[in-house]
Amino acid sequence: MQLLRHTWWMVVRQARNLGREPIWIVMMIVQPMLWLLLYGQLFKRVGAQGPSTGSYIEFLTPGIVAMNSFFGGMWSGMAMINDLDRHVIDRFLAAPTVRIAIVLSQVVRAGLTAVVQACILLLVGLALGVRVHGGVLGWLIVLAASALLAAVFSGFSHGVALLMRKQASMIAVSNMIGMPLMFLSSILVTVALMPGWIRAFAKFNPVNWGTRAARNAVLVGGDWGPTGVYLLLLLALSGATAIFATWCFRAYQRSI
Amino acid sequence: MDAIVAEELRKSYKDVQALDGLSFSVRNGEVFGLLGPNGAGKSTTVRVLTTLTHPDSGRALVAGEDVAQHPNRVRRKIGYVAQDSGVDWEATGRENLLLQGRIHGMGGKHLRVRVDELLELVGLRDAADRVARGYSGGMKRRLDVATGLVHRPSVLFLDEPTTGLDPEARAAMWVEVERLAAQEALTILLTTHYLEEADRLAERVAIVSQGRVVAEGTPDDLKRGLEGESITVELPEANGRLADAERVMAEIAGNAVVDGQQVRARVPNGAQAIPTILGALDAAGVPVASVTTARPSLDDVYLHYTGRAFSEEDKEGGA
Repeated sequence: MQLLRHTWWMVVRQARNLGREPIWIVMMIVQPMLWLLLYGQLFKRVGAQGPSTGSYIEFLTPGIVAMNSFFGGMWSGMAMINDLDRHVIDRFLAAPTVRIAIVLSQVVRAGLTAVVQACILLLVGLALGVRVHGGVLGWLIVLAASALLAAVFSGFSHGVALLMRKQASMIAVSNMIGMPLMFLSSILVTVALMPGWIRAFAKFNPVNWGTRAARNAVLVGGDWGPTGVYLLLLLALSGATAIFATWCFRAYQRSI
Repeated sequence: MDAIVAEELRKSYKDVQALDGLSFSVRNGEVFGLLGPNGAGKSTTVRVLTTLTHPDSGRALVAGEDVAQHPNRVRRKIGYVAQDSGVDWEATGRENLLLQGRIHGMGGKHLRVRVDELLELVGLRDAADRVARGYSGGMKRRLDVATGLVHRPSVLFLDEPTTGLDPEARAAMWVEVERLAAQEALTILLTTHYLEEADRLAERVAIVSQGRVVAEGTPDDLKRGLEGESITVELPEANGRLADAERVMAEIAGNAVVDGQQVRARVPNGAQAIPTILGALDAAGVPVASVTTARPSLDDVYLHYTGRAFSEEDKEGGA
């Protein structure tokens, strides 16, 4: 109960603080739309890639949802570094704060942000002629994939943040890991067009799991077996990265 | 009952022995000062007592609870104002206090009233609903103090509360601490590297040097413990004769310490010793800019117990 209460108040704190940054709100809304429109234009001639539909934008939209969630999670650890620098974390630690709530709230915040952005992307997609073939269930699956991807990488990101404790190092690590994971997935091109080694790698890439789950919900809207497996894998992995982040948090506490 | 008991605390970081068998105790309702230069072990001591770090060995009780065995019970009873401000810059003063209260399990009208009361107490009522990013250093510091008090702790830790403040804000903080000590029925542990701060605020002080308490008592007791008076001889700027002056004074007084351009010695009677010392310095050809004699200050106490001038050690001290 106390865990939930503390997590809730800390999520409220982060959401409120972010809400005070107009530029952040604008970026949160505009950036995914830019990605969708730019990639949509750039690859327009590549044409139909999906198994059941003709438009690339319909293929791309769930991919951009996944990409956006995963990047959002990947960068979410920056907030932790800011809190460490400002000694806010030490203040929480000297109070009876439920320790896990400090990390968990950041993961929840990243997940919520991703879901809001996924909704925006889907709505823009609808305006561009995308149809979510999975209907309401399809929407829910896209949002679930989005939240889970953000959670997986947010846990990882916070672990890295707590180990590095410097923004510059954090940026380097995020780029080094983030970029390959994006290109070694089916975000931009369908699996069938990938070279064999990328296809092999993509099988183990969590970004790809989320992409395929979301894409199946949009393009196909049936045959839920593999989608369920992907979501369960993401759920398990988000638990694992949350444990990793908590462990890093303990390491931080020992070091002070 | 003692509000704080520290027994033989030891803690090392890699190659630095931060605490080396540090012991002291603070009575209930007392304002106690931990005095020492940067790097003496004050902040590490506070970190141990506030459950932020574990000592390698030793035992600590705060408000009757063992910090190692029941850290959460300790956390509920203490307020902690860290050396570095823990203010959330993007939140308003009021929001900072509300969140801290909620962490302590407070809520509803009870919390709102308490927060109003504290904003009033630390003089932030008019700035309460502004984002703390725009606060001055002194205002952030006062918000820190209020944050430490939300849940009505019985022990308040103030780690270097006035470091980095301008003289005006420092004086205001002193008034603040004095008022808190009177109003809130608190035990206050204050760390400082300002002698005057400890002299003014603390009922008792412990002098910390290299991870140990080297003296403990009221400022007056400590001063009285030093017999005699101090003589300070100041030489004209940089003439290379400091070492000679130190040698001459050490021969006469049996002790002498260089502090900047000054040499200080303790003697039983200042008025009697001055002519002798001046005569000997003159005979040795050491020029003298001024001579003063004074009753022992806390500065002399520090010098006596650590063998080093306070200002000198402070300059060398790390973080």
